[in-house]
Amino acid sequence: MTLATSAPPSPTGRLSDLFWRRPRLLVILMLLPPALWLGVVYLGSLFALLLQSFFSIDDFSGLINYQPTLATYAQLFTPANLDIIVRTVVMSALVTLASALIAFPIAYVAARYAKGRWKAVFYLGVMLPLWSSYLVKVYAWKLLLAKEGILSWVFDQLHIGFLLDAWLSLPVIGGTSLSVSYTGTFLVFTYIWLPYMILPVQAALERVPGNLVDASSDLGGSPAQTFRHVIFPLALPGIVAGSIFTFSLTLGDYIIPSIIGSSRLFIGQMVYQQQGLAGNLPLAAAFTVVPIVIMGLYLWGAKRLGAFDAL
Amino acid sequence: MHSEARAPLPLMLAAAAGLLFLLLPLLLIFVYAFTTEEKSYVWPPPGLTLNWFAVTAQRPDVWKALLLSVEVGAVSTLIALVLGTLCAAAVSGTSFFGRETVSLLVILPIALPGVITGIALRAAMSLVDLPFSFWTIVLGHATFCIVVVYNNAVARFRRTSGSMVEASMDLGADGFQTFRYVILPSIGTALLAGGMLAFALSFDEVIVTTFTAGQQQTLPLWMLEELIRPHQRPVTNVVAMVVVLVTFLPILFAYSLTRRGEETAGAGK
Repeated sequence: MTLATSAPPSPTGRLSDLFWRRPRLLVILMLLPPALWLGVVYLGSLFALLLQSFFSIDDFSGLINYQPTLATYAQLFTPANLDIIVRTVVMSALVTLASALIAFPIAYVAARYAKGRWKAVFYLGVMLPLWSSYLVKVYAWKLLLAKEGILSWVFDQLHIGFLLDAWLSLPVIGGTSLSVSYTGTFLVFTYIWLPYMILPVQAALERVPGNLVDASSDLGGSPAQTFRHVIFPLALPGIVAGSIFTFSLTLGDYIIPSIIGSSRLFIGQMVYQQQGLAGNLPLAAAFTVVPIVIMGLYLWGAKRLGAFDAL
Repeated sequence: MHSEARAPLPLMLAAAAGLLFLLLPLLLIFVYAFTTEEKSYVWPPPGLTLNWFAVTAQRPDVWKALLLSVEVGAVSTLIALVLGTLCAAAVSGTSFFGRETVSLLVILPIALPGVITGIALRAAMSLVDLPFSFWTIVLGHATFCIVVVYNNAVARFRRTSGSMVEASMDLGADGFQTFRYVILPSIGTALLAGGMLAFALSFDEVIVTTFTAGQQQTLPLWMLEELIRPHQRPVTNVVAMVVVLVTFLPILFAYSLTRRGEETAGAGK
């Protein structure tokens, strides 16, 4: 004992003593590298981007005019650009709605009925598609939706190929084949973001206390009434939490609509084209502000519905 | 809960249909890797062959892209491990005014659409005249990988009790010995799981990478090129299948690691 105290402390020991006496110093030292990386590199980049949106592009020279202006934001409201925004928001809303409808039965069975081995099946059934490669999933749907692909084959085998043709001949949602139609884009978006809806809904349903369900049926509630008045309201924050993911991810994606879909643009594609081919960084930057503002409003609404308790 | 024993039939059917919708497209990839058809995506495959595996194995561009993806993934994961763990340790060790801000800052790179992160980084790189290279790709990947490590480490720190650290200090260990012999073993599996998920995330990333890569192609960029302008579809089929397998294994492994971690942490209390 006396040996340990009388020996001169090593440099590392002295450093460790310093941290013990002043824990705040240690916290600051630990936070410094990540704060530098995220705060300076990442936030700095975001800020630089935001700044760009207040510049404009000179129509004649094609160079950026560094005079602060709101003219670039005004361009967002030209009919062509407004079309892109409306198209993207409508698609995001439809994808969110479809994801919620498909996800609910899966989450409900997984949370309330599946036991043992079936629980694992449901878990892997959601996790494998969630974590497997994004591009591979898009590729799989290219195989499915191709004119000579599986979906047409299945329709022909069932002798209902005319239904598919009728659907494709519809205006707006149709096209020459599923892989170049809005229907195709919608299917792929729904497929790819579906797991992000299932997980929070399942988490919310798992937290519904069993005794509330029992109490409801003891008091004479039919299964439908129990669902309507007990289970669904408690699951709603989970659905809202899931919709944050499906809505936001669809809003910002540019790869899916450029691989599967008609040639009409979505917000993400517009951003990509404006900064790349067109070299109009100010307009691209202004377009990135649109999903941020929409998601800001969405999150504000979701917070009021208590969605963040379900994450 | 006798009323809950069996699910109503329509509900079961809806859930089963949903699961099939999720899993069938992935299985499809495995079938197409063996098809003899070269020019189209025709179904059913006219014949099955192993030939395309040999053809793919001899493609230098595929190997080069794969190697770059592995290198980028490894370096980004390493950076994310250091930064994410530091962040988690700082946040869970004490309560200070900026906790919420730190959490938000860490989550932001994946909460915002990838296209925004990508274009922001690209704009900043051109602002400071940074030429595109291996390191610009890593810069982007490490940024959004931090959150995965952070989430795993924070969850584990929360479950590791502070009394172990105090006991170690009382028994005469200094801070570094405590870190080496007490803290590191208890968060080790969480870091391994977080690191593997970070690698999987980086290995698969395409949106941010399109903005931060110059002429170099990671494997997802190679696939994207093939998706937009198909050169040789059978090679793409094989690569797609390999990518599915490569991402599945770490996920299954990370899953079993975190499950075991939960059990042992519970037993210690």
